[in-house]
Amino acid sequence: MIKTIKNNIPQFLIIIFAAVLFITTLFLGMNTKDLVNDLVTRIFMNGLLALSLLPMLRSGAGINFGLPIGAVAGLIGMVISIELGFKNFSGFIAAIVILIPFAYLFGYLYGKLLNIVRGNEEIAATFAGFSFVSLMCLFWAAAPFSHPQMMWPIGGKGLRPVIGLKNFFGRSLTGLWNFSPWGINIPLGLILLFSFFVIIFIIYSHSRRGIAMHAAGKNEIFTTLSGIDVDKVKIESVIYSTILAAAGICIYAQSYGFLELYEAPLMMAFPAASAILIGGGNGTKTTIAHVFLGILLYQSIYLLSTPVANAILIPETTEILRMIISNGIILYALFSGSKVKYGTD
Amino acid sequence: MEQIKKVNPVPFFFIILSIAGWYFSKMSIYFIAGEVITRLIRDGVLVLALIIPIAAGMGLNFAIVIGAIAAQTGWLIVLNYRIPGYGGILAAAGAGAVISIAAGWLIGKFLNRVRGKEMISTMLIGFLGTSIYQLVFLALYGTIIKCRNPEILLSRGIGVRNMVDLEPYRNTIDTLWNINTRGINIPVFMILIVSLFAAAIKYIMRTRLGKKIQATGNSPESASRIGLRTDRIRITAIIISTVIACFGQIIFLQNIGMMNVYTAHMNTDIFSCAALLAGGATIREAKIRHAFAGIILFHTLFIVSPQAGQNIFNNAALGEYFRSFIAYGSIAFALFFNMKREK
Repeated sequence: MIKTIKNNIPQFLIIIFAAVLFITTLFLGMNTKDLVNDLVTRIFMNGLLALSLLPMLRSGAGINFGLPIGAVAGLIGMVISIELGFKNFSGFIAAIVILIPFAYLFGYLYGKLLNIVRGNEEIAATFAGFSFVSLMCLFWAAAPFSHPQMMWPIGGKGLRPVIGLKNFFGRSLTGLWNFSPWGINIPLGLILLFSFFVIIFIIYSHSRRGIAMHAAGKNEIFTTLSGIDVDKVKIESVIYSTILAAAGICIYAQSYGFLELYEAPLMMAFPAASAILIGGGNGTKTTIAHVFLGILLYQSIYLLSTPVANAILIPETTEILRMIISNGIILYALFSGSKVKYGTD
Repeated sequence: MEQIKKVNPVPFFFIILSIAGWYFSKMSIYFIAGEVITRLIRDGVLVLALIIPIAAGMGLNFAIVIGAIAAQTGWLIVLNYRIPGYGGILAAAGAGAVISIAAGWLIGKFLNRVRGKEMISTMLIGFLGTSIYQLVFLALYGTIIKCRNPEILLSRGIGVRNMVDLEPYRNTIDTLWNINTRGINIPVFMILIVSLFAAAIKYIMRTRLGKKIQATGNSPESASRIGLRTDRIRITAIIISTVIACFGQIIFLQNIGMMNVYTAHMNTDIFSCAALLAGGATIREAKIRHAFAGIILFHTLFIVSPQAGQNIFNNAALGEYFRSFIAYGSIAFALFFNMKREK
């Protein structure tokens, strides 16, 4: 028991912090049911974005700081779905179908790039993501879309930074097969789709290719010697991560009800990365369980800190606190995960 | 190892883009020159701050953001105690330098533990530092930190205003010894200050410390084999960089004359790195001339691109997006270009 705590200090600190926040909200007289409702929705709407990091982690390509690349593919899928006039649930499905070829292509090229910089994936991926997002800003501003609800109202040129999805497929999945036992809202459609992706991932990781991917992450040289093309396996994991990230942003946007373009995806990798790390994820050893625990803890803190921060009259602290935890945990992971030991003196 | 040194294509790319942008923007060359000189003194020292960590083999130091935060803290301290004029500028720089030394030491310690992953670490350290700084001045100022200047306090009594005025310090050092020719304003004193920093860095690199830094950067293993304490040398390099960045941000904000308390320091790292790389530096080698050439090229492109976008595509926003793409893109290119070459 003590050993488990020693190995997972940040996780325990965060659990304690969440518990303190929870007790404080009870004293503040918050409605627990509302909190649980929000928590369930938030877990499943952000879940796929966190899950999308898994394939790359398993193949040893590190934390996918280039997640914005996948997010952009998802945004393209959604924008085209709206442009083609799809509505409601079919609009959502159309977006998912359309995004797959884009995510596949982007993932392939991005994977090729990451193979060049093996060992330094994190910083290279971060800037690959940043520069791709800013390049796509040019696309959003100039692309020949024409649906009036997506364009700037004046001039009609360029997409709006924020597109309301109410008239398209907003909440089409979150609202699907909803039921509320004991007043707690269960978005069954959302949960089923997320579970679908999780099951696919489990099946995949037990398949030949999944095993090859994990082997490449654990020991590159050994895997090469056993006749597996490591470069190819890594690219495959990047493509997989990119497609999941693209689908993840679709689920997120339809729950949130707004489509955010331009620079919105820029920093998207960091919350997802920190969620998986808060759950105890650790390089190639990361599992689905880490994703679940991480997203539960991350979203709990996010939800519980809002009423507390409002009570002490400084509402901005919620966001700042979230950023501190988020970036702190990534730094901790870099710190504890680095192979080079201290002291060359 | 006999290797043909490849020419870095980045500066040529910037030269071509700048000339094309200037042609399409139809801006007066005197106007551009005046603007570039302003940027040269505003951003010069911040860009110079990146040189020493690169020499020490630590790559681009995105944690110069921490130096910028120290500078802003310095300004807020000066504003809080209402220290006017030149004394105020010196006090802000002094307070910022003290914070920078402490922060630089901590960053250096941390970076020694994450060798090989310095760049991503410095970037996240910048983010973390930003949050802590925001927390201090949003939640602690007016509660734990005593407010002595109600003008910078938010009306709710807790926290500093989003925007504070540095008017008392404006037009002090940056209008000293001004020369005006053809509408171009040349602030001789400030150019001297920036040159002084450049000379100081050049001098440091020639001293024993500089040689040690270079040895550590070339090969940390052989440096420690000949008895150099590479950990300490790397910490020193980061401290120097953070302090220079702090002075850089002091100059930057003094020149602008107001301070966006919570966001002014953001992106100083991205723009400084992009400018340095535009001048032909790589993540392994950076010289003073790269910094100056880079600022001139990068900011020329920055000044002309919105107008060029307006004239070519009838859309100024395209130029704006294009320049942020150039900033991120040149860093991404430098990373991939260097790492590919090293393989």
